Amino acid sequence: MDTTRLIIVAVGGQGNLLASKVIGDAALFADIPIRMSEIHGMAQRGGVVESAIVFGNAKSTIIADGEADVLLGFEPLETLRALNKCNSDTIVISNLAQLSPFTVTLGSGVYPNLKSIQALIRAKTAKLIAFDATALAMEAGNVMSTNMVLLGALVQSGKTPLSSDNIKKAIVNRTKKKFVEFNIKAFELGFNTAKALA
Amino acid sequence: MHKLLTEHSGQKMLLLGNEAIARGAIEAGTAVATTYPGTPSSEISVTLFQISRETDLYFEYSTNEKVALEVAAAAANSGVRSLCVMKHVGLNVAADALLTLAYIGVKGGLVIISADDPYMFSSQNEQDNRYYAKISGLPMVEPSSVEEAKDMVLYAFDISEILQQPVLFRTTTRINHSTASVSFGKIPKSKMQGEFTKDPFNYVTVPAVSRNLHAKLLKTLEKAEKISEKSEFNFLTGNGPLGIICNGVSYSYVADAVKDLNAEDQIKILRIGFSHPMPQAMIKHFLRGCEKVLVVEEGEPYMEEAIKAFAQEDGAVISIKGKGQNLFSRLYEFNPALVRQSIATYFDLPQGSKKTINLSDLPEIPQRPPSLCAGCPHRATFYAVKKASEGMETICPTDIGCYTLGFLPPLSMGDFLICMGSSAGSSCGFSKITNKKVISFIGDSTFFHSGIPGLINAVFNNHNFTMVILDNGTTAMTGNQPHPGVDMQKRNLEGYNRVSIEEIVKAAGVSHITVIRPYRVKKSVTAIKEALNYEGVSVIISRELCTLYGKSLKKQKGKPFYVTEKCKNHRDCISKLACPAFFIKDNQVIIDPVLCSGCTVCAQICPEHAILPLKDS
Repeated sequence: MDTTRLIIVAVGGQGNLLASKVIGDAALFADIPIRMSEIHGMAQRGGVVESAIVFGNAKSTIIADGEADVLLGFEPLETLRALNKCNSDTIVISNLAQLSPFTVTLGSGVYPNLKSIQALIRAKTAKLIAFDATALAMEAGNVMSTNMVLLGALVQSGKTPLSSDNIKKAIVNRTKKKFVEFNIKAFELGFNTAKALA
Repeated sequence: MHKLLTEHSGQKMLLLGNEAIARGAIEAGTAVATTYPGTPSSEISVTLFQISRETDLYFEYSTNEKVALEVAAAAANSGVRSLCVMKHVGLNVAADALLTLAYIGVKGGLVIISADDPYMFSSQNEQDNRYYAKISGLPMVEPSSVEEAKDMVLYAFDISEILQQPVLFRTTTRINHSTASVSFGKIPKSKMQGEFTKDPFNYVTVPAVSRNLHAKLLKTLEKAEKISEKSEFNFLTGNGPLGIICNGVSYSYVADAVKDLNAEDQIKILRIGFSHPMPQAMIKHFLRGCEKVLVVEEGEPYMEEAIKAFAQEDGAVISIKGKGQNLFSRLYEFNPALVRQSIATYFDLPQGSKKTINLSDLPEIPQRPPSLCAGCPHRATFYAVKKASEGMETICPTDIGCYTLGFLPPLSMGDFLICMGSSAGSSCGFSKITNKKVISFIGDSTFFHSGIPGLINAVFNNHNFTMVILDNGTTAMTGNQPHPGVDMQKRNLEGYNRVSIEEIVKAAGVSHITVIRPYRVKKSVTAIKEALNYEGVSVIISRELCTLYGKSLKKQKGKPFYVTEKCKNHRDCISKLACPAFFIKDNQVIIDPVLCSGCTVCAQICPEHAILPLKDS
């Protein structure tokens, strides 16, 4: 099977490790070979958290610069920061809700303009699907479901071998019972929004 | 039941490398597991800790890696299978025990996990612990994947029992923290109770005994080499006149690269999984079939040097390269593209064109470094110490834990750090040789790990500094593991005692001891000032539960605060505390109520008293 390389970037606490687990389960249900790697340790200290997910028969679990087929960003600045992982064929999916780094609050950095971030990504990659996933998560009933909204957009893009059914099954499997309903709704909102944007 | 205790042999589950290792230990019938937590090894022990509460496995968080190894060494010499888990630098702490344990050997299997951290994702150095196998004369195995990691744990235990020697099991972060699908094997019924047979002339390492034991170790090493020659974990794949020898995670990059370069009929790969002793005959045979050889290994040229020596003995005149310009670095970790490029360059193979993108016109991207959490008690302590030492010239040796992050501006509390416990010893040196006021910072778990000898040294040698012990009631950085000072009843765990930091400090002979609650800013500043002015060794214990740990214990969190219209934009809350719950919108200071833990420190330092608790809504 062809190899597909997916990078997920987020700010610590945004739930990308859970999103990776859901993806992993969904792949396992469909018997899709999958390998992932994460950087732990500082995840809860507000730093950048990156997951690399490789579908297919490759043995490596990490993704080198320029080699991601899909980049899924949970925060626009982090999407921009991870652009080194992309090439001109990469599909980029990004949340547009900003989380300003504390260095900006301290005045030692400037958050780039959101429009110019999008324009830059659009110009350099094959496609950018960008929307406010955090707002959709709130609409689904829980801001913590932002990760599930973005999974919806990821599946809709058709760039990974994941199916909606398996992801939903994995959501039921992996996420806390009281959040399952919000999470499924969030997933669907993300899926439909990405569809409307396509 | 813990998911890793499932009995279904053949079942597949997605596991983290560290979970796969833990499952391997269970399938190997491990009776005793010991550790001191350290990334990237921590999840192995967290998993075994959980499992031990449902099974007969004895698990302990030991005070440090040396103790952990000594506990495991005794268990293994009482005939039961034992596992000892640590990060790479932990093996430095345990090295004293390791190098003579190698003389004594074991009866039941003993596997020592060394989790190395190339690139230093969460470590102070990137030492290559393969050299510990060499210096100790112990066998070493290294997995290349998550699946293999599980199988190799079972193999390591078998080898350990065949050779009656501890086996070193070396991983790197990318094995520990990768996830893949793993097939489960059987869980055996194994021996959990040990028995020790006295044999002092083989166990008590006085010189006369050790002279015999060293000779025995060298003989065992010869046996180990024979096993390495036939090991299923040293294997050959592919065909062709070009050769690659690789180990660990590099093997996966090499295998992918050879495929991507369409060079499967030109390059053969020798993967070394049993890396000490190296399979000399196998490698010589491999070299004879190659025109040119590339050695792919992260870290030091451990294999490269051995392979070159084998080639010399064998009279081989082929080119063998590994580390060097345009090839591989001794620095950091590898990645698939780097390995592919180096293979293509060295063997002169065509590389496909890449659709790279130009990133030169990206705006400057503000950094997002990890920081102390909102409401972290360490921040409050650092603020109070800074305030209390205003006007003093200070040197602040720090130590290993979350609080190391206090070295970042604007707190800027942290001037010197070598290793676990170094704050105590280095404070002795700084206070003796400079005329600055020395204030050291050490966490509670690190204090128990290796801070105590430095403190005793300070009292005995009559040094002059203030040690601040940041007691947040847990080992926070690695995921809230217990330590001897932790109240285990709060976690509903029976069968533990609690060691008091104050009592230890008192017993060490410190005569000026102060306990502060860092969220009470004024009181803390006053108490710290007094301690700083004391001539001799003074100790401040700053006690407040870790915010995240408190949340995990479901302790009631404080009410979040907000900034009222009284705010005149002094921004002390931001420029002096740097609490990440604060942000600025339209030139207004705002507190994120989700992040705010209600620690009240900002409210106490605001010059306008403009920060107030949110009313219930």
